[in-house]
Amino acid sequence: MAQLDYVAPTTTDEAIKALGGGSARVLAGGTDLLVQMRAGRVKPERIVDLKRIPGLIGVRQETGGFVIGAATPGAVIAEHAALVRAWPGVVEAINLIGSTQVQGRASLAGNLCNASPAADSVPAIIAARAIAVVVGGKGRREVPVDAIAVAPGRTSLAADEFVLEIRLPPRPARSSDAYLRSIPRTEMDIAVVGAGVSLTLDAAGVVTAAHVALGAVAPTALLVAEAGAAIIGSRLDEAALERLDAAARAACRPISDKRGTADYRIKIAGVLARRAAQIAHRRASEA
Amino acid sequence: MTDVMEKPAVKPELKVVGTRPVRPDGVDKVTGRAAYGADLALPGMLIGKIKRSPHAHARIVSIDVRKARALPGVKAIVTADDFPDLASQEYEAGESASNLRDLSQNVMARSKALYKGHALAAVAATSAAIAQEAVDLIEVTYEVMPHVIDVEAAMAPHAPVLHDHLYTEGLDERPKLPSNIAKRNRLERGDLDEGFAKAEVIVEGRYTTQAVHQGYIEPHACVCSMSEDGQGQVWASSQGQFMIRTYCAKILGLEIADIRVTPAEIGGGFGGKTTVYLEPVALALSRQSGAPVKMVMSREDVFEATGPTSGAVIQVKLGATRDGRITAAEVELKYQAGAFPGSPVGAGSMTALACYDLENFRITGWDVVTNSPKVAAYRAPGAPISAFGVESAMDDLARKLSMDPIALRELNGVRDGVKAAYGPTFHNIGYLESLKAAKEHPHYSAPLAPGQGRGVAVGFWFNVGGESTATVHVNEDGGAVVATGNPDIGGSRASMAMMAAEVLGLPMEKVRPIVADTASIGFSMLTGGSRTTFATGMAVTQAAEKIVVDLKRRAGLLWDLPADQIEWRDGAAVCLDPSKEGLRPMPLAAIAAQSAKTGGPIGAEVSLNAQGAGPGFGVHICDVEIDRETGNVSVVRYTAVQDVGKAIHPAYVEGQIQGGVAQGVGWALNEEYVFDGDGQMENPGFLDYRVPVASDLPMIDTVMVEVPNPRHPFGAKGVGEVPIVPPLAAVANAVRGALGVRMHDLPLSPPKVRAVIDAL
Amino acid sequence: MSKRTHISATVNGDPVEFLTAPSTTLLDALRDELQLTGAKEGCGSGDCGACSVMLDGRLVCSCLVLAVEAEGRRVETIEGMAEGGQLHPLQQKFLEHAALQCGFCTPGLLVAAKALLDANPDPTETEARYWLAGNLCRCTGYDKIIRAVMDAAADLRQAQRVIA
Repeated sequence: MAQLDYVAPTTTDEAIKALGGGSARVLAGGTDLLVQMRAGRVKPERIVDLKRIPGLIGVRQETGGFVIGAATPGAVIAEHAALVRAWPGVVEAINLIGSTQVQGRASLAGNLCNASPAADSVPAIIAARAIAVVVGGKGRREVPVDAIAVAPGRTSLAADEFVLEIRLPPRPARSSDAYLRSIPRTEMDIAVVGAGVSLTLDAAGVVTAAHVALGAVAPTALLVAEAGAAIIGSRLDEAALERLDAAARAACRPISDKRGTADYRIKIAGVLARRAAQIAHRRASEA
Repeated sequence: MTDVMEKPAVKPELKVVGTRPVRPDGVDKVTGRAAYGADLALPGMLIGKIKRSPHAHARIVSIDVRKARALPGVKAIVTADDFPDLASQEYEAGESASNLRDLSQNVMARSKALYKGHALAAVAATSAAIAQEAVDLIEVTYEVMPHVIDVEAAMAPHAPVLHDHLYTEGLDERPKLPSNIAKRNRLERGDLDEGFAKAEVIVEGRYTTQAVHQGYIEPHACVCSMSEDGQGQVWASSQGQFMIRTYCAKILGLEIADIRVTPAEIGGGFGGKTTVYLEPVALALSRQSGAPVKMVMSREDVFEATGPTSGAVIQVKLGATRDGRITAAEVELKYQAGAFPGSPVGAGSMTALACYDLENFRITGWDVVTNSPKVAAYRAPGAPISAFGVESAMDDLARKLSMDPIALRELNGVRDGVKAAYGPTFHNIGYLESLKAAKEHPHYSAPLAPGQGRGVAVGFWFNVGGESTATVHVNEDGGAVVATGNPDIGGSRASMAMMAAEVLGLPMEKVRPIVADTASIGFSMLTGGSRTTFATGMAVTQAAEKIVVDLKRRAGLLWDLPADQIEWRDGAAVCLDPSKEGLRPMPLAAIAAQSAKTGGPIGAEVSLNAQGAGPGFGVHICDVEIDRETGNVSVVRYTAVQDVGKAIHPAYVEGQIQGGVAQGVGWALNEEYVFDGDGQMENPGFLDYRVPVASDLPMIDTVMVEVPNPRHPFGAKGVGEVPIVPPLAAVANAVRGALGVRMHDLPLSPPKVRAVIDAL
Repeated sequence: MSKRTHISATVNGDPVEFLTAPSTTLLDALRDELQLTGAKEGCGSGDCGACSVMLDGRLVCSCLVLAVEAEGRRVETIEGMAEGGQLHPLQQKFLEHAALQCGFCTPGLLVAAKALLDANPDPTETEARYWLAGNLCRCTGYDKIIRAVMDAAADLRQAQRVIA
């Protein structure tokens, strides 16, 4: 870390320029970057701090949906009452990242771009069908959040690109979501498995749309279409939950590591998908 | 909720002892003023960093420091060449002995790196960044060797051998070949075969535990300075400034008089700060550079290069009659020692059956070196491990006999006059009283919710006494200062001040305690073994009592009366001579103000070797709830009953008990060293080495049973270590209750629990 | 070596200036440049909470903040918690409940607990435990810490009612 340059641009264009050339890293909350730098896992020559760009911190409502600035810390996101009402699963996922202290810094876009397969917020925003707005030297593009991470620690972003904001779509009536993760303790751990479920019900409580995403069971978080399909048309009866459980397990391609065995992860993916679906269903019924 | 079950106290009229005053060092610790090891700075100070082995086992072919030395800002580099080779010699420093040769080789590797993280060289430079850069520039050529970490694999005939000179001690015949088995120890009584022959019920089990770390939040840190005349000074966080002084002198070949150690505040130790890692290195760097050198470990270094306690294999076989009387017990313990001999298997063996009155038993312990950090003491070293096995087996025995687990322990429990399994005869122990208190506690009869389980386990620790020094000085205004040589790791300043205040008849606020440096107080063994309140407290009490004798003499001089006509009462001299009826009591302040007339300043020093530390017993009750789908175990209720002798400051006694329980619960559920195939620790950080967090635990109820220790002036027994002994089995037994099946291997982490549920 | 940057910030209400390298953490700058050693380094990776400070009113681990990020920002540390020679009620309750043993985690816990009570004056025990889950304490088993926080919260609510 002997040679290091820090810049805090105040416009998007300056930030894009600062990212071009050399090995630069984007700094939002820093809760991953600083740990990786300290461990010597990354050795950037330049740090580009996005937090002084107007709009990068904050949540706003737009065309029925929500726009979350890339560097918005979890604690700020949790304070947005309308967002919490519309997307309780996304917010609870963000708020599971680390401690209260980490919540004061860690951002949604940072959690996404760190490209950890175990990132808590990612299954929730994938299930939410969120869009990442990416800016860079070649302009601006909008991509589904599931297209950002391509492998553990690797993203599809070009060197001079960064995520400007995350967009959550408008919410039909009787919609809600939930995120659950499994960890050995009650707090402070990296997810052994994570499951996000977003669904919409009709007036009779029948699921009309559902998205299920799983974390920490493959090199990147997975959108499991079969798992969503398994509960569409049901009132989340035991048979539907059984189908969901099986579809979630079938999609898993986990590794065994210090946090859990592959076998355990597969079983728990089914358990959490089921439980998250039940919570989302209850929330949607009450919405 | 806290209960105190009191027996008649030794001194019923106590005014200070037994109360809960604010600790004297408290304000500094809630305002951020208190200076811990890493908070110290000296002018011109350099920063030292250590080059560590990336391999678990490797011959060191060469170390080339030329590039590092050439880096601007680098002021000193030391390697094995800077540390004299020492003969193998055991040195008693407190709770356990250290071999000085091994200690030196652990501080700086000689021809071989024996674990990942083993120190190979060190650099001092003008900044941390330069020191780190220099460490990276040191070129080491290794010849990587096969390694072994699992304790039974290390005992196997063709295991990679760590030390060519290591031949197993304690066998009937000296082995022909060196091995990793440093020692076999054995405790036995009666006739085991006969005992098992008498048994109508037999239970057997094989249990395993993983290496766990003390997990103090403060990493090791020191500042060391050595001047050109060879006088060294050390400021460091540790459990004993005298321990640091001795070890530094021995490792560097210096006179003890040439080193002065000033204790910093210590940010947790639990036994892990009873040895040296950085201090001799920093002194050597300072000697070479001529400037003070500060060294602070990273958390990764703490996990990889300082002592955890052993991972172990425990084999237990118990035989009993149908009415519950144990007829025979056989225990075999295999403990990892890490890179050098000296696992706590000795204490693990001695404590294993200490709660039981047995005619026939055999305990065999194996001390085994492995390619992992040399273990260090961890709170009741060795005892939680053997207790996990024995108390799990006791639980199985109670189930097999359909007996209440506390009743089974009462039936076989030790009491006064019983000869302990480890030798001595028990006196004034409060074990049966503790069992009774547990049985009568509302927790024990509270209904369990579906899916919950309840476990009971007991634990024992010797508690130790040993050498301590204390001084008490009376100030000109009648207040007092107490100095001891024991770092205050969890409130001992308070207990020292309270005992002195009690004897002197002063309010606690008038007595100010300090922890003195090695040049300002006489030798004291380190803070450990639950010895400080007992042994150092005894020195403080005796010093205060000497002052009281002196105060009576001085009052006599002032009153022109013989001292035997004077009594010390409530902080004042009281005349007993009825003919002097008008004489008003003379308070301490008045005597102090006139001290010049009666012989000068008032003070006393006591150095002693305290004997008769009362052994401690604990009985724990644990309720767990299990998520049968995820395998997560939650401790939902916990009660710890313990005989504490006499609680000097009950709030800190409760705190010791609660803290020990929390560490034990962590050990039982989630803590473990995880090594990969290359012998690298995979979880050297608080993210994946999972100590309990606030949301993991319920309130921890404590019951202090007070069966006074007559050898201590106020009846105190050590309290800090007992509470970590029962929780491993208490949790495991509760899990057994909830699942209906015994789990033998710690930690009881969710994947293992779920696998057991799936196999049901 | 990277060039050092000049930083102006507000620490515990006072303006401060210091020079820092871009890679230096806020924790190191507080401790080494400003001699505010109350915040401790227990892990350097945001897992223990001993370095907790407030940054622009948000609870953060100062080991996970670069010192350069503090430019123009407001930092509050344990050293600013007692005011005018008067301990904060949380500090007082920690003493009365014996909620510390070695004391190393105490500054971070106090800063975090104050942030809790500022955000939620009436937390449940469970809320307090989860809020403080990022502050490791290895000595106490948390029992007395949680009691001290709950007791301080009750006192502060009482004081608030008296003022109202």
